[in-house]
Amino acid sequence: MDLALSPRYAAFAKEVRAFLLDHRSQWPGPGASRAEIIAWQTQLITAGYAARTIPAAYGGHGAAPDILESRLIAEAFIDTGAPGPLGGQGVSMLVPTLLEVGDEAQKQAWIGPTLRGEILWCQGYSEPGAGSDLASLTTRAYEDGEDFVINGQKIWTSTAHLADMIFCLVRTEPDAPKHDGISYLIFSMKTPGIEVRPLRTMTGHAEFNEVFFTDVRVPRTQVVGGRGAGWRVANTTLKHERGMLGDPHAAEARLAAITKLMREETLGGARLIDNPVLRDRLMRLQGEVLAMKANGLRLLTLNLRGESPGLAGLIVKLQGCELNHQLAALAIDALGELGILYHDSPRLRADGVWQQRYMFDLGLIIGGGTAQIQKNIIAERGLGLPREPKLAAS
Amino acid sequence: MDFGLSEDQRLWQASLSAVLQHVAPLERVRAFAAGTEPVARDVWSALAEAGAAGLLVPERHGGLGLGLLDAALTVEALGGQAAPAPALGVYLASLALASAGRESQQARWLGSLASGQALAGVGLSEAVLGGRDGAGVEVREGRLSGRALFVIDSAAADLLIIADREGGLHLVEADTQGVHASPLTTIDLTRRWGEIVLEGARAEPLGPSDGVVLSRLRDAAWTLLAADMLGASQTLLDKAVAYAKERRQFGRVIGGFQAVKHMCAEMAAALEPCRALVWYAAYAFDALPDEASLAAAHAKAHLSEVSRFVARTATEVHGGIGITDLLGLHFWFKRVGVDRQILGGPESVRDLAARLQGLDDQAA
Ligand SMILES: Cc1cc2nc3c(=O)[nH]c(=O)nc-3n(C[C@H](O)[C@H](O)[C@H](O)COP(=O)(O)OP(=O)(O)OC[C@H]3O[C@@H](n4cnc5c(N)ncnc54)[C@H](O)[C@@H]3O)c2cc1C
Repeated sequence: MDLALSPRYAAFAKEVRAFLLDHRSQWPGPGASRAEIIAWQTQLITAGYAARTIPAAYGGHGAAPDILESRLIAEAFIDTGAPGPLGGQGVSMLVPTLLEVGDEAQKQAWIGPTLRGEILWCQGYSEPGAGSDLASLTTRAYEDGEDFVINGQKIWTSTAHLADMIFCLVRTEPDAPKHDGISYLIFSMKTPGIEVRPLRTMTGHAEFNEVFFTDVRVPRTQVVGGRGAGWRVANTTLKHERGMLGDPHAAEARLAAITKLMREETLGGARLIDNPVLRDRLMRLQGEVLAMKANGLRLLTLNLRGESPGLAGLIVKLQGCELNHQLAALAIDALGELGILYHDSPRLRADGVWQQRYMFDLGLIIGGGTAQIQKNIIAERGLGLPREPKLAAS
Repeated sequence: MDFGLSEDQRLWQASLSAVLQHVAPLERVRAFAAGTEPVARDVWSALAEAGAAGLLVPERHGGLGLGLLDAALTVEALGGQAAPAPALGVYLASLALASAGRESQQARWLGSLASGQALAGVGLSEAVLGGRDGAGVEVREGRLSGRALFVIDSAAADLLIIADREGGLHLVEADTQGVHASPLTTIDLTRRWGEIVLEGARAEPLGPSDGVVLSRLRDAAWTLLAADMLGASQTLLDKAVAYAKERRQFGRVIGGFQAVKHMCAEMAAALEPCRALVWYAAYAFDALPDEASLAAAHAKAHLSEVSRFVARTATEVHGGIGITDLLGLHFWFKRVGVDRQILGGPESVRDLAARLQGLDDQAA
């Protein structure tokens, strides 16, 4: 047990920070153009602070994998406030999936532009009739010459209204058992026959969409991982999605923001933090944040040692998303009447971000595998309890 | 950068677990709880022989000179077995003597603590939380008078470490004139807690009376109590999961019912990060002085919340047999119930945590 960094890593961490701070003038701000974002990503990749371990042949930096280096880079972005390497479903989910199961031509074509931010992706998995039970999806793709022809509907597709491309699950073998009849296709959102209808959520923004496919033609070469192997490929992607949700760094930053808020805001002349009940809630959440942070350190070490993360990994999505939601709830309760202000109201605090998060984060508890599905996974894979019964015929 | 147990620590856990299964099986725990022995000598000598007694005693005094993490792993194992062992008192006394004792005090006590021959009681409650029922200890002309409640492992102690109301620590030999010990009987009969009445008892000061040693001991005690709850909760969860895989109702094992599965998953999800939290607090005690008190407070308070949830849920998973004496789940249930309150329930400890960060109204 030793949290100190060796001199080599301490120097590395300093180097990353110095680079980010030296390039402050090039940080893309909130209203940055796509060209500015792409320029910044390209610089980060060249410097080795984005796409660090992705082979240079595919547009990455090509460094050998080093989990600790990756961690130090991530911390440097948080500490300096520099806009991080591009995230999103393309970089976080599609790229690792292609690296694992894509063919050479697919890797060459898609990874580089995705890393640089030239191509934005959306994830077309869920359907009106296939949510938690994703494998029961019914969007059909039949073969016609060199193409697949797709008909059906996706739903809850985040950022589909902005995306250039989609990675999408479709049923190619209707007669096969439900897990064996699915293929993973990637195609342009500009393909004729695609209609995107934004779905406004309770936050007031359209964060996701319905996507309709009518005779959409996609070349057969756009299948990733082989025809009928889509379920296995999708699980590769989902594994990467869950790693993304529930990160303790976000909770730590929120806790700091709420503490500041509770010290600064007053009610009847007394600081919010001096209300013993609210203060106790804050302290309770601080304890939980510390526990998740320590769990993150433990996971990092398990990874470094090549040991299986086990339960310490399986619980992160469930606990982390719940914790974030509780933090937003405390901020709203501490603000009280001010906490209900929203939109562009006078006296709005922090641009209404706490209400926005309280609502949006409930979506994160549901999306990416609901809390109940996470509990099934923890019980089955972590504790060895019996699996959920599979429907005999479907 | 490494946040995990060393090979030595894992080996220690394995050998400890073997010793405990041999010397403190449930029948032994039961016998201790039912009887009046002040201490389970057989258990403690077996543990001492394995090296557990001298973990925190410096090598030059015959101990192993290890850190609080090693002590926490040991206490976790004791909690896991609900073992009757006076480790808390010995560890806290070893820390106090090693960090603040004079050479003569160290020479007199540390060797016999390390060998397992001497046992120690530690009374910090009034100094950490404030006194109840008029309790509290005062120093007059170098002698101690007053009353200390909830003294840890006092039943068979040879030496006592007692905090006065001002936060100074004192070393008192248990058989000195003017020292009267009597038991306090808690729900948890696997460990002994006591009340010490002092009537002008001879005592030696232990370190300066600036409260520094006291807060170090409090942090160590919070961390070790958290470790005890971690071990006990893990056992409760393991027993619930094992039972859920074996008990059948409606033609199938109850672990196949999602309500039961989710109770188990919720326990595991709450408990798993606690392990890292306890490690962090123990590591911080030795390596991160600025964070140590806060980490210890959070370990104590958070484990108190989680272990209460685990104890009631694990009991529920068992159905009616869960609350019987026959099954014995209650030994762990009660153990965490006591760990929760000793040296502050979660509300008190979180209040102290806020003060430690200057978040209380006095700091406005
Ligand atoms: C903010 C957000 C963003 C999203 N983004 C995307 C995206 O970009 N692309 C995409 O494809 N999808 C996306 N989703 C969809 C998401 O993956 C699904 O909402 C999720 O998998 C749940 O499916 P469902 O909504 O159909 O709910 P259902 O599966 O119908 O669940 C309804 C309720 O039943 C429970 N339930 C269902 N099955 C079980 C079971 N076996 N055991 C116990 N309880 C069960 C659930 O836990 C839930 O409480 C997003 C969702 C949200 C909220």
